[in-house]
Amino acid sequence: MLEIKNVYKTFNAGTINEKKALRNLNLTLNDGDFVTVIGGNGAGKSTMLNMIAGVYPVDAGSITINGTDVTGMKEHIRARYLGRVFQDPMMGTAADMWIEENMALAGRRGQRRGLRWAINGKEREEFKELLKELELGLENRLATKVGLLSGGQRQALTLLMATMKRPDLLLLDEHTAALDPKTAAKVLELTDKLIEEEGLTALMITHNMRDAIHYGNRLIMMNEGQIILDISGEEKKKLTVEDLLNAFSRLSGDEFANDRILLAK
Amino acid sequence: MIEFLNALPGAAAQGIIWGIMAIGVYITYKILDIADLTVDGSFGTGGATLVLCMTSGMGLPLSMLIAFLAGCLTGFATGVFHTKFGIPAILAGILTQLGLYSVNLRILGGANLTLSDRKYKLLVNLKNTYPSLLICTIFAVVIIAVLYWFFGTEMGHSLRATGCNPAMARANGINTEKNKIIAIILSNGLVALSGALLAQWQGFADVSMGRGAIVIGLAAVIIGEVIFGKIFKNFALRLAGVVMGGIVYYAVITFVLRLGLNANDLKLLSALVVAVFLAIPYWKKTWSENRRKPMEEGAKDAGN
Repeated sequence: MLEIKNVYKTFNAGTINEKKALRNLNLTLNDGDFVTVIGGNGAGKSTMLNMIAGVYPVDAGSITINGTDVTGMKEHIRARYLGRVFQDPMMGTAADMWIEENMALAGRRGQRRGLRWAINGKEREEFKELLKELELGLENRLATKVGLLSGGQRQALTLLMATMKRPDLLLLDEHTAALDPKTAAKVLELTDKLIEEEGLTALMITHNMRDAIHYGNRLIMMNEGQIILDISGEEKKKLTVEDLLNAFSRLSGDEFANDRILLAK
Repeated sequence: MIEFLNALPGAAAQGIIWGIMAIGVYITYKILDIADLTVDGSFGTGGATLVLCMTSGMGLPLSMLIAFLAGCLTGFATGVFHTKFGIPAILAGILTQLGLYSVNLRILGGANLTLSDRKYKLLVNLKNTYPSLLICTIFAVVIIAVLYWFFGTEMGHSLRATGCNPAMARANGINTEKNKIIAIILSNGLVALSGALLAQWQGFADVSMGRGAIVIGLAAVIIGEVIFGKIFKNFALRLAGVVMGGIVYYAVITFVLRLGLNANDLKLLSALVVAVFLAIPYWKKTWSENRRKPMEEGAKDAGN
């Protein structure tokens, strides 16, 4: 499904701010994998997702999605394979546009946009049905500017938009980190439900180790631009937060590892 | 006062012509969220191209079309400077505008070129105030209708998303670079069309006719928003508000000139008025934030 091979990325190379974000990163995802990603600040988690999405080019290595080499493909062309939700609730939607306009934009991901009407009546009905499932009352507010919604509502909408046109791979970049705990839990439940129902392949970065253990069928831990732990199946189900902390201090060689380092924002 | 009232229809016609230019400015300033300074050059390009075409024997419709296309070309230059050369939008516009000064001189073959209303059949002219006013209105209505349709299409939506949130647009498969170029092209095409109308209205084109056009355009956009923003929510009505902003601007200008303001001081006055109008939303924001701050700090303390 997804194959990341020997990917390197260095930011500000040759300057005092040089940062080796990814060092020989390798990762293969199988169809239907729901992978949670944990790791300290600067471990390269977000960089990995941004590389897959094509936000900036890789220095070396290759990225393949469903057999297509996307390494040199521009971000907006790669978008046809990907659904994305960002940490910042403001980032995934167009604030000045209506709910239905945002959804219509997402519904045409990967398609040519011509001079047909942007939204038709049939779509409007479909949007209503989809929004009903969120149970946020948004189905009656199709003509409301997204900028007027709360962070949680916007994240739920972004999630819907990222999945309404089935993506080959769903990228979730700490998409609940900016929400209050109660809303975060709700959005996570919705995420799990959508991935489960549609049988999506997903990569989800999280700072919460309990969530990382609870959700998904596979967990990877990153440190200094590499994957240092990859656990799936039965083994993952038995994991505890304690196990992860021990694994982190063992694998990263950091004696003083505690949840502060791993959970650091 | 009677003199002022007599001058009103003419001011209105001219206001609508500038209002059409302001619609072009609206596309870049409001929809794309960049200030495109190309307009000071492309406005003159439109006027110069029209006069050159007509004086070399082309018909009026063809001349207007070519003027429009010439404006599109100037927008294309700025769009490429901005997206493909990585030059900040404002600077890209300034560069095109500077280059266009030479281009406009070349087109005119000198500092100005007259277009006699006795020799050529013109759409609008200051000697025919009322018919001109009607034709300007029709032009504005047709342009607003076409833009209303365009911004309701898939492509129009993708342009709006590009201006509103480029990261989101790209994540949804929208080519933001291409869209920026398209919007700047469309904007400058309209600006040039407006320049072509003004050249007919005044019976000549000169190399400085576009100087300060961006400021007039912004003034019309802002006046339209301040006066009609609360009532006009629909996109077509917003554009109509922009055109009316142009009319209000010209009525005010006519009025202060009648009061005895030196015409040479006009640009200074325009710049100051636009600066104040641009500042109002900012002042409002900082004022309300300053008022809110003590409360927020209080809430933080309560949390601790």
